[in-house]
Amino acid sequence: MITLSVNGISHRLEIDPATPLLYALRGELRLSGAKFGCGLGQCGACTVIVEGEPVFSCLLPVAALQGRAIRTIEGLGNADRPSPLQQAFIAEQAAQCGYCSAGMILRAQALLDRNPAPSEAEIRNAMEPNLCRCGTYLRILRAIGRAAAALQKARPAATPEAG
Amino acid sequence: MPRSLSRRSVLAGGGALVVSFALSPTRGAAQPQLPGDLAEYPLLDAWIRIGGDGKITVFTGKAELGQGLKTALTQLAAEELVVAPAAILLVTADTALTPDEGYTAGSRSMQDSGTAIRNAAAQARALLIAAAAALLQVPAAQLRAKDGAVVAADGRRVGYGEAVGNQLLHERAKPDSVFVDGKSRRLIGKPVPRLDIPGKVSGGAAFVQDLRLPNMAHGRVVLPPSYAARLRQVDIAAVEHLPGVLKLVRDGNYLAVIAEGEYQAVAAMRALAAAAQWDETPDLPDPATLFATLAALPAHAVPVQGEAVAMPPGARVVAARYRRDYQMHGAIGPSCAVGLYEDSALSVWTHSQGVYPLRGALAELTGLAPAKLRVIHAEGAGCYGHNGADDAAADAALLAMALPGRPVRVQWMREQEHTWEPYGSAMQTDLRAALDRSQRIVAWDSGVRSMSHTTRPGGKAGNLVAAWHRARPVAQPVPEPPPLPEGGGDRNAVPLYTIPAVHVGYDFVPAMPLRVSALRSLGAYMNIFSIESFMDELAREAGADPVDFRLRHLDDRRASAVVREAADRFGWAAFSRRPGRGRGFAFARDNNLAAYLAIAVEVSVDRESGRVHLVRAIAAVDSGEAINPDGIKNQIEGGILQSASWTLYESVRFDRTRILSRDWSSYPIMRFSAAPDSLEVYLIDQPDRPFLGTGEAAQGPTAAAIANAVADAAGVRMRDLPLTAERVKAAIGE
Amino acid sequence: MRIRRIALAAAVLLCVGAIGFVVASQQRLIPKIEPPPSATFPRALVAQGAKLAAVGNCAACHTAPGGADYAGNRPIATPSGTVYSTNITPAPGSGIGHWSEAAFRRAMRQGIAREGRHLYPAFPYDHYARLSDGDLHALYAFIMTRPPVETYQQANDLAFPLGQRWLLAFWNLLFLDEAPFRPEPQHSAQWNRGSYLVSGLGHCGDCHAPRTLLGVGRRSATLAGGTGEGWRAPALNAASPAPVPWDAAHLYHYLRDGWDIEHGAAAGPMQPIVDDLGHADAADVRAIAAYLAAAQGRISPSRRQRAAAAEARAATAKLPRPAPGEELGATLFAGACAACHTGGPAMVPPRGISLALSTAINEADPRDAILIVLDGIRPQGEQAGPWMPSFAGAFTDAQIAGLLGYIRAHYGSGPAWRNLATYVHDIRDNKGRS
Repeated sequence: MITLSVNGISHRLEIDPATPLLYALRGELRLSGAKFGCGLGQCGACTVIVEGEPVFSCLLPVAALQGRAIRTIEGLGNADRPSPLQQAFIAEQAAQCGYCSAGMILRAQALLDRNPAPSEAEIRNAMEPNLCRCGTYLRILRAIGRAAAALQKARPAATPEAG
Repeated sequence: MPRSLSRRSVLAGGGALVVSFALSPTRGAAQPQLPGDLAEYPLLDAWIRIGGDGKITVFTGKAELGQGLKTALTQLAAEELVVAPAAILLVTADTALTPDEGYTAGSRSMQDSGTAIRNAAAQARALLIAAAAALLQVPAAQLRAKDGAVVAADGRRVGYGEAVGNQLLHERAKPDSVFVDGKSRRLIGKPVPRLDIPGKVSGGAAFVQDLRLPNMAHGRVVLPPSYAARLRQVDIAAVEHLPGVLKLVRDGNYLAVIAEGEYQAVAAMRALAAAAQWDETPDLPDPATLFATLAALPAHAVPVQGEAVAMPPGARVVAARYRRDYQMHGAIGPSCAVGLYEDSALSVWTHSQGVYPLRGALAELTGLAPAKLRVIHAEGAGCYGHNGADDAAADAALLAMALPGRPVRVQWMREQEHTWEPYGSAMQTDLRAALDRSQRIVAWDSGVRSMSHTTRPGGKAGNLVAAWHRARPVAQPVPEPPPLPEGGGDRNAVPLYTIPAVHVGYDFVPAMPLRVSALRSLGAYMNIFSIESFMDELAREAGADPVDFRLRHLDDRRASAVVREAADRFGWAAFSRRPGRGRGFAFARDNNLAAYLAIAVEVSVDRESGRVHLVRAIAAVDSGEAINPDGIKNQIEGGILQSASWTLYESVRFDRTRILSRDWSSYPIMRFSAAPDSLEVYLIDQPDRPFLGTGEAAQGPTAAAIANAVADAAGVRMRDLPLTAERVKAAIGE
Repeated sequence: MRIRRIALAAAVLLCVGAIGFVVASQQRLIPKIEPPPSATFPRALVAQGAKLAAVGNCAACHTAPGGADYAGNRPIATPSGTVYSTNITPAPGSGIGHWSEAAFRRAMRQGIAREGRHLYPAFPYDHYARLSDGDLHALYAFIMTRPPVETYQQANDLAFPLGQRWLLAFWNLLFLDEAPFRPEPQHSAQWNRGSYLVSGLGHCGDCHAPRTLLGVGRRSATLAGGTGEGWRAPALNAASPAPVPWDAAHLYHYLRDGWDIEHGAAAGPMQPIVDDLGHADAADVRAIAAYLAAAQGRISPSRRQRAAAAEARAATAKLPRPAPGEELGATLFAGACAACHTGGPAMVPPRGISLALSTAINEADPRDAILIVLDGIRPQGEQAGPWMPSFAGAFTDAQIAGLLGYIRAHYGSGPAWRNLATYVHDIRDNKGRS
């Protein structure tokens, strides 16, 4: 019996503990946001956030996740109430087929949580593990930048970071 | 709003739908030509149905591939029916419900389906108004359509549900339609946001990979390690008793397993693969001499344009040979399908580009009559042509029949997609041209040699991988070169430039040492790369600026317009070269009849490593009437980056026995770090012109622009695709 | 009294002698030359120099991450602090554009810059001292034909008094052997070429040999293993921990392509080295492989036995049963690692090898195994190559410890690694990760 905490909700699953998280999410938990792209940690379509870190859920056995907070795309927002980052992707129309989108958004979310005002170079570097075959890279970069700017604006006037 | 794809709602179809007879195509009847695919399906209710409750359903035989088709078609219908896009339910490619529009390919969807739907919607609107006029006893001219109703000046309204009455739309279409006035347009020509993006960025079930039907089981196939491998033996006992395993399928060289849970299927697949022993034969060409092999294979000479041209005596002649390696689609989501066999009927959910041709092939494969087979399109990841989708569908069909009564989902693995998908053919082109004293091209003689660019199912089981592996295999049919304008290896082999004497020939090689089929833009990628690289070589010989040289030979005003726009926006005339950097230009009209595109790029070349980096790209495109300007830009941007990836990195690797490009580590593509600093697309909207296909317009010109920029930056003319760092470094030398 | 006077006199003499030595060892300035135009160097000579530079892997140290090739400013950690590599492009201002070939030769062999100042032995001139005149001539042609790039040279960050360059005169006195390379006639020409390259241009001992004298001394000549950039560089001699002994053919494949079917992928600091060796002269790489294979000495029967056992373990895809307490490690291995690392012959190379063949798993020090799990292995740029994702975010320190404990127990030979979780934590900390 494995207990997974996904988007703040606890789930007890009768499941082979070696099962990669991706299959548990898409199968047992019916959360199909994270996608199967390669199963090899090369494309990032399966990216979710575990304890603040972006990880490849295709290679992460659920046995390693007891007591560790997991966030998926479903936990960020939905089509009716998208999160700022999701809104930015919609505003920039940063998708063609959209298969890579969920993974991109999670990796970007982890970046913004850690570094709210990343430079473009930092964004490119952070996003490197994720592939987009349709070639939507520049729109994705714009969307992430847009979300960062929106989050900065929404921030209460705190001590400004050193320029 | 994404609808839940429950089996019930999908099979029921919803609403007042009468299916079969409206879909019989009327070919060959002597009628005035109807626009788009209305010619094949002239009844309006093949395309548009309105229920008694006023709900509007629009049918298209085309499929959403991630190119924004659903949004664009919805825009057209919603504009002409004067409703909000959310009021339209668009049903795509389903052999039980929609017209047969062949394949969603060749960038023809807007021309074929979009035109039909727009006209059908406009004519439906006219009929609804006329019906309302009769009901309200008011002249039709005093009524207007608005928000799903027909409204009179005095405020009386008749809802569409009431106006449609009984069979109002069961009418033959007319050749002409009255469209919503340009000034009143709300949707066409506007950057309407994609209807599917909100769901996709919030994890909604959107893809065939996400389809979950009640009581669904999971299948995995074990494909042979190489094309010619034969299964010597397999220890099934090792796998049968693994947790969750429901069924093992072995039929000749065809091996598969079905399990309850997905990971159980994956584990069983791995165990089955480990338990199988194969006999392999070195059956592939020697990669070191691939082009010698290509040159020696038997070929049919397909005339493309003109007769053999002699170079005028005394003229300066330039000649060049270009090559292109095999390249792959590499869809980010490996192919997937779901099959369900019950009550002697089979349903298959697939991201195939052509549900009807696939149905024909599945009928032959399974022995079922087409009437007992329903093939339903569900979106997959971007496919960029004929990839493994149809093959996964075949696997789903076979495994569903092995486990009747339960839906079976088959997911191909990354390695399977990479090694078994049909590639873009290796190609070679030879170009010769002569310049006269006024620095104009006076003669042009070129040839292209290629293997097939289409082995789509086309109703034949032999084009499905599963059919090759079963105990009673079906051989792959010998491919034929489709004539232009569809074409294959000859697409865009004829330059659009004004040249007095032009000869173009196509040597079509039917052999397929590696599996090949349609990859986005077909032969156009390589042919435009060749022509546009060659134009720069000619321009250099003529001592001319590359942009001026092209303008000198273009009489098509729309062509000159995109060339000038791209050059101006790039700052071509004022460009100053920094060390290690260069600029390049290219132009083409997709298939010489679809969208026009010109592109200017700046690259940097690192001499130490030979690595080429695309710094910035500026493109100008004319797609005729732009239904969704942002959709066009998105497609062009994506096409530029994808083409840059093909052009700089991509080449299928193989040895004498096996395909070696099995995943992203062995077939690298562009990542974020290699994406350019900036990418701009400028749209020349032509609202009074027909809309032109756009999805394949960027591939060829981008490749040539990059090669031309490398020549400018590093002084080396690269003629072999891809322009890898190793090749560029070797060309530069030390 | 007398003893004190003698002692005082001795001390004074010593100081005078030392000062005199330092003064005498002040090197003269070699006059500037005009930067020679690239065209003055024959292309063939430049090409030869390029191939030698590939063996020396000059670009790796002399190029900053994201910086221009050979323009320096790469931080190099030394036991004494951080040294920033110099600009060796032929830029006249901040590079070596004004260096004559004689100045270049002196720098390479004696570690003295054109202006006369000593260079830190982070620059391995004690190895390059062995280079032939001909090779230096070609290297000079190569380096002087690179694109010139002006930079602002970062100052070194060395703790006093280690930053004092005149102290290096003493270092040279103790450790610099300026004798040219002497071939050993009892060995083949190929072996000698390999020996020349390994001990000279290749400077392999900088990582693969232990440091002497509190870590600041010269490297021992024997490739008995050492450290480099935080990684353990395994012994290449008879003490090699590789489960399957290297032979020349496999070693050539590894050095040339970055992967070998019996040893796996190059990782960490070896990656840029094998990338460059891919462009070096093939015969030179074969010579290096032949020399290093021979450096293992005669393979003992017990080593052969261990190799056979490792290969037997590698041949099975069956996952080893965990001992009590190893269950988590076994589960993690099954779910995260097994797909790539037990795929076997069906998987096209380069593939994850069975860990029974992994050198990192068989080292006494687990640090390389930990680093590979944390960092993964990825090719440079958009090249094809072995690929392993990073597991730093996926697993906690304790989980990595459990996983590696299981792997060591069932795929390694040798005693269990101890305090793994703490070690993992420390390594993560050094890299500034959470």
